[in-house]
Amino acid sequence: MARRKTSTSISSGRPSWFVYGALAVVLATAIFPFYWSFLIGSGDQSTIYDQNMSWWPGGNFLANAAAVISNPAVSFWKALSNSIIVSTTTAVSTVVLSTLAGFAFAKLRFKGSGPLLVAVIATMAVPVQLGVVPLYILMQKFGWTGSLGAVIIPALVTAFGVFWMTQYLSQSLPTELIEAARVDGCSMIRTFWHVGLPAARPAAAMLALFTFVTTWNNFFWPFIVLDPKNPTLPVALSLLQANYFVDYSLVLAGVLLATLPLLLLFIFTGKQLVSGIMQGAVKG
Amino acid sequence: MTTTLQRPDRPTDEQRQSGGKAKLTLRQRLGRWDVKYSPYLYIAPFFIVFGITGLFPILYTAFISMMDWDQVRNTGEFIGLDQFAFVLQDREFWIALRNTFSIFLLSSVPQLIVATFIAAMLDQNLRAKTFWRMGVLLPYVVAPVAVALIFSNMFGDKYGLVNSVLNDLGFQSILWHTDVIPSHIAIATMVNFRWTGYNALILLAAMQAIPRDLYEAAALDGAGTSRRFFSVTMPQIRPTLVFVIITSTIGGLQIFDEPRMYDTYGLGGANKQWLTITMYLYNTGWVKFNFGRAAAVAWILFLIIVTISLVNFFLTQRLIASDTVAKKAKPKQKQLSASKGGK
Repeated sequence: MARRKTSTSISSGRPSWFVYGALAVVLATAIFPFYWSFLIGSGDQSTIYDQNMSWWPGGNFLANAAAVISNPAVSFWKALSNSIIVSTTTAVSTVVLSTLAGFAFAKLRFKGSGPLLVAVIATMAVPVQLGVVPLYILMQKFGWTGSLGAVIIPALVTAFGVFWMTQYLSQSLPTELIEAARVDGCSMIRTFWHVGLPAARPAAAMLALFTFVTTWNNFFWPFIVLDPKNPTLPVALSLLQANYFVDYSLVLAGVLLATLPLLLLFIFTGKQLVSGIMQGAVKG
Repeated sequence: MTTTLQRPDRPTDEQRQSGGKAKLTLRQRLGRWDVKYSPYLYIAPFFIVFGITGLFPILYTAFISMMDWDQVRNTGEFIGLDQFAFVLQDREFWIALRNTFSIFLLSSVPQLIVATFIAAMLDQNLRAKTFWRMGVLLPYVVAPVAVALIFSNMFGDKYGLVNSVLNDLGFQSILWHTDVIPSHIAIATMVNFRWTGYNALILLAAMQAIPRDLYEAAALDGAGTSRRFFSVTMPQIRPTLVFVIITSTIGGLQIFDEPRMYDTYGLGGANKQWLTITMYLYNTGWVKFNFGRAAAVAWILFLIIVTISLVNFFLTQRLIASDTVAKKAKPKQKQLSASKGGK
């Protein structure tokens, strides 16, 4: 690097090559496990035991992937479509219901709004594990165990979502806009629809993205409540290991296959994820 | 009135007080109800969902934890605190507690240190900022289950990548799936892989909110790069660091996915080397089908998390209170964040 940093120009100068080198190492660490999976997943059963294993991928990835997909114990397509259904439904409902509640908390004044908001925030600290036994008994009573509803319903709206939207709307939605809509004779719900929702869009998109990713990766509760024959992708992955525990080429091909949708999502929305995390940090 | 928003065609307060209620048209009355009750309607979904799937189960957990629960009949027999006594006398529970804390410490401490340094590097005036930030975040989108499968392969006892590298470097193989601490290190590595970049971005946001003139002033006073980092950056991001510590405590003490998928049996190893509390809870409830005892474990776990969080909280208060530099710069920081949020 031609430009050298002097001690006085802290914010203007470009950092040294050392910083780029160190970041490149971090990046390599982040990517390496994927490459390793591809290396093993594109070989055959014996690749992992080969002392002089090549660092160049083999040619069996598609065959291994096909073997995973066609394995009846894993029910890959079912798992994929279940994951899409669960994550999409949860993301949409969380965004709509959180925005609605956030709109009320941020911009409407009503009796008890303060304590109620505190109650919402307090519930964020409660771990999932605490209620998991009775929740399971409840689902059994409703006859929902094994169905996707058992995974979707508890996740329809989250305290985090409500908190997030309240924060955002109280900062970015001018109260005058709501008043103007009310003067024009809009009902509350139309005010929400035409003023609240458009203003909430950036934060809502972020919330949708995070809810989608979190739900997609969720394992504990789906693992408990879902049937192995009707799994989400992480549950199917856990079955993969139980079925193929000797053949890592199939296990890791399956892992890559199941990770692919989120990697694609990341390529297109990674920028938003980054700014979502950074904005959340500044506010939280 | 409980709302600030008023329709222009609404009757004034005097009109209403002088028996104006009868004069209201249906439309006006609907409008009043709309203003008064709509907010409750909007927040209702959250409280209904939370009531059914959150609050009720929590209270019911307390009830079930004092029961000898019958899986078939779905009823229980009251036995007081026996389940708690059993759990607290169970050797496996204490092993699980030890493992949970050990994995938590091995994952949170190195992770925070590395995340802080990554954040400091990202805070430089880099070319292709977005590229580096995205790269650091990449592992976050991978499911913990997938991460666990990849890493448990790399940490294989006989043919794992880590051991063959160790052998090539002239070291002995480490029994990652047999010995206690190595198994904890392997599992902690999975957690670190997934969360370091995420936390680095949170810390980066805090670093970017630091007023640049603080650095200029420090530089004028002759502070070098490392001195600026420890005397300006660190005190300034301390509140955020504590926030990260608390959230990773809550998450870390509940760890399940990674240790569960660390071997094919999912029971925490032959000698429970990597059995965690949540795994113990799962095994009690859905392997041994003892719901009463599992509920007791849930409450114990909850109390542990609350205790640790409170300890963290009080530590935080003291840390922040003792930090005068951070206090002075705070108003500025707030302004910055407000302008960012309102863009």
